[in-house]
Amino acid sequence: MLELAQINSFYGKAHVLRALSLQVSRGQVVALLGRNGAGKTTTLKSIMQLVVPRSGRVRFNGADITGWPAHRVARAGLGYVPEERRIFTDLTVLENLEVGRQKPRQDAAIWSRDALFELFPNLAERRHNRGRDLSGGEQQMLSIARTLMGNPSCVLLDEPSEGIAPVIIEDMARAIVQLRDQGLTVLLSEQNLHFARAVASRAVVLDRGTTRFSGSFADLDASPEIRDAWLSV
Amino acid sequence: MGLFIAQLLTGLANAGALFMVASGLSLIFGVTRIVNFAHGSFYMLGAYVGYTLMQVLPGAFGFWGAILLTGVVVGLVGVIVEILVLRPVYRAPELFQLVATFGVILVIQDLALMIWGPQDLLGPRAPGLKGIVRIMGEPVPKYDLALIAITPFVALALWWLIARTRVGILVRAATQDREMVGALGVNQSWLFTGVFFLGCALAGLGGAVQLPKGGADLLMDFNILASIFVVVVIGGMGSLPGAYLAAVLVSVLNVFGVTYLPQSTLVLMFVVMALVLMIRPYGLLGREEVAGDHGQSGEPERPIKPAGARVRLIVAAGLAVLAVVPLLAPSWIAILATDILIFCLFAASLHFLLGLGGLVSFGHAAFFGGGAYVAALLVAHAGTPMELALLLAPLGAGLLAMIIGWVCLRLTGVYFAMLTLAFAQLLWSLAYQWGEVTGGDDGLVDIWPPDWATSNLVFFYLTLVLCIGGILALRHAAHAPFGYALRAARDSARQAEATGIHTRAVQWVAFALAGAMAGLAGGLFVFAKGSVFPNELEITRSFDALIVVFLGGVKTLSGGVVGGAVFESAKDMLTRFEYWRLALGLTIIAVVVLAPEGIVGGLRRLGERIGLLRPSEQET
Repeated sequence: MLELAQINSFYGKAHVLRALSLQVSRGQVVALLGRNGAGKTTTLKSIMQLVVPRSGRVRFNGADITGWPAHRVARAGLGYVPEERRIFTDLTVLENLEVGRQKPRQDAAIWSRDALFELFPNLAERRHNRGRDLSGGEQQMLSIARTLMGNPSCVLLDEPSEGIAPVIIEDMARAIVQLRDQGLTVLLSEQNLHFARAVASRAVVLDRGTTRFSGSFADLDASPEIRDAWLSV
Repeated sequence: MGLFIAQLLTGLANAGALFMVASGLSLIFGVTRIVNFAHGSFYMLGAYVGYTLMQVLPGAFGFWGAILLTGVVVGLVGVIVEILVLRPVYRAPELFQLVATFGVILVIQDLALMIWGPQDLLGPRAPGLKGIVRIMGEPVPKYDLALIAITPFVALALWWLIARTRVGILVRAATQDREMVGALGVNQSWLFTGVFFLGCALAGLGGAVQLPKGGADLLMDFNILASIFVVVVIGGMGSLPGAYLAAVLVSVLNVFGVTYLPQSTLVLMFVVMALVLMIRPYGLLGREEVAGDHGQSGEPERPIKPAGARVRLIVAAGLAVLAVVPLLAPSWIAILATDILIFCLFAASLHFLLGLGGLVSFGHAAFFGGGAYVAALLVAHAGTPMELALLLAPLGAGLLAMIIGWVCLRLTGVYFAMLTLAFAQLLWSLAYQWGEVTGGDDGLVDIWPPDWATSNLVFFYLTLVLCIGGILALRHAAHAPFGYALRAARDSARQAEATGIHTRAVQWVAFALAGAMAGLAGGLFVFAKGSVFPNELEITRSFDALIVVFLGGVKTLSGGVVGGAVFESAKDMLTRFEYWRLALGLTIIAVVVLAPEGIVGGLRRLGERIGLLRPSEQET
């Protein structure tokens, strides 16, 4: 469903992604692992075309989306939940959801506000609160819910567990598993191996902008040298 | 009491048009982050278009229909401008956007002159609202009452649009984080275009609605520009209730000022603005700007280096030619060369602030005109000799810059720019209205150099020495440790602070130095022309310098000087044509869109391409 072929991405002169290739099949939940600065966030931004790869192709549902404006990528069914959450702090929860709303798509679940409040009950109580009054966990939920309002067929989640209380992390994991069971394709970046293992079926390990490993968590566990070389601090 | 009420009502009525125009500017800025300097031009266009439509459409229905239709027409003109001029520069530094909108001002001015002619048009009276009503014995025009009644509805409709509709939600979201709105599937381009339509339509409405009170003339654009900036800055950028509050405040103040302090109406507005900003730096209802939002963007700077031996030789040869040519050429060449040199120093001083300090000042004329007035006042009132006046002009302007800089440097980005503009306007209104001292509109005349320097040639050499000296001093400062600290403060204020640089102090000194150099240019200007008028302090003066720096190239050290020389000579030729503004405006827009590196940047690129310069080698 999503395919990156030989992507090279830069920030100015800094070469961040080096010939990175990656596939995600429909219905899969894939975890991007790696240390700080390995290129996880840049990979997701390069898919969204917020960072346009200087070479290589990004294909989604068979279409070559390289170089498209971000709004067109989003309308093609790719949802993006950024690392810093980036909710609109001046807008209420309901208004934040409204910004994310898009027309229904045939190949994806159709989300309503009520369905999202069921998925994230905390948000329901705070629907008239402004974004800036939410806790970190609630902001993360709102960011995911806002993206789901666009009825995406694939969601890119950038470090969903970062900076969130442990209790809320469990809620978050439950929600992602629920989304997976409904057939949503998810590519998420994570530093928290435990969280990744709980929600994802496949792991991709990045280091210095290149894929070092791709396979099941069982295979990852069976190769301690990979974990030692690319993941452990 | 009756008079008081009547005046209050007049103030409220005047606030209507002002609010419409200012809220349009505020909306556009909120979403696109562009300070639309051409906003006054859309207001003027509204007045002219409204006038024409009212001639065609009959009766009361025609009158109000014409006003609404004007909004649509002007909004559509805004859309054309947005698509052709602004879309290419959204990602450029704010100076580019400013200059582009300034080009639009010039184009619209000349188009209005072509279509409607130079004479002022008297606005038609509103059908059915021609008379007056007596309130507590005082006459109040019926149309004023109608305006007072209409404005809240316009405000309410705007509020409803922004607070309650999907479009409004998207606008507010985009005001905060445009990229994220795009990543959620919203086409930003059309959102921007839509907001621009709305903002310009409001300006057009404002222009049409004031017709029965004012009329239409070619000076409306600049006349309202200062007022709407004051309103938007007092109210807080991007805040509609703030704009309404400030519009009422400014208009009412103005009406009372005319009655009780007729000599200081203009000054009053800027004094209030300066006071508000000192207490609430982001306006009455504004919110603090996120730092770094308005800084330099785009390509990283090329580090500037002292000129190499070869470039120094070329410059020295150029100077030698400059020194010899007036000896051989007719005397008007010496006069023109004097003008060019003065302008070069003025431009170089602004370039120093802008290019090296990253401080986009919209009011640099304050120091050029300030220096000019210091010299002229000394001569006119104290009989000071020229030699002393030329020493005191830069000192006076530098002192002025220290005072103004102390206030303005507390703010950054757009607020800094607006505040510098306001201070320049404050000085202008002082010079304009304080007739006993400054001569007001008549200026100060008959200020000539002493006998030894009356010859054009001698004065040219005096100017040559002082201006080249000033420019070299600025260059020297740029390459000194002080210049490094200034550039560090520009590129990353926080990091500079962390390395022990007191950024605000460094910027303050730079501001004072640039002010002093502009003051020196101003002082020379007075003796070159023999007179000084308030227009040396005007917005257009500041803009001339900005455009020159921009045309020359912001990111090159010689940009200011080269731009100044080219601009001043081109102006000499251009102003002979009737529609020179149109030509200049279109040229500016073309440069912004096609050659954003300016003359020096473009030449350097050309030099690299044909192999004259190695890409690593840094020209001046």
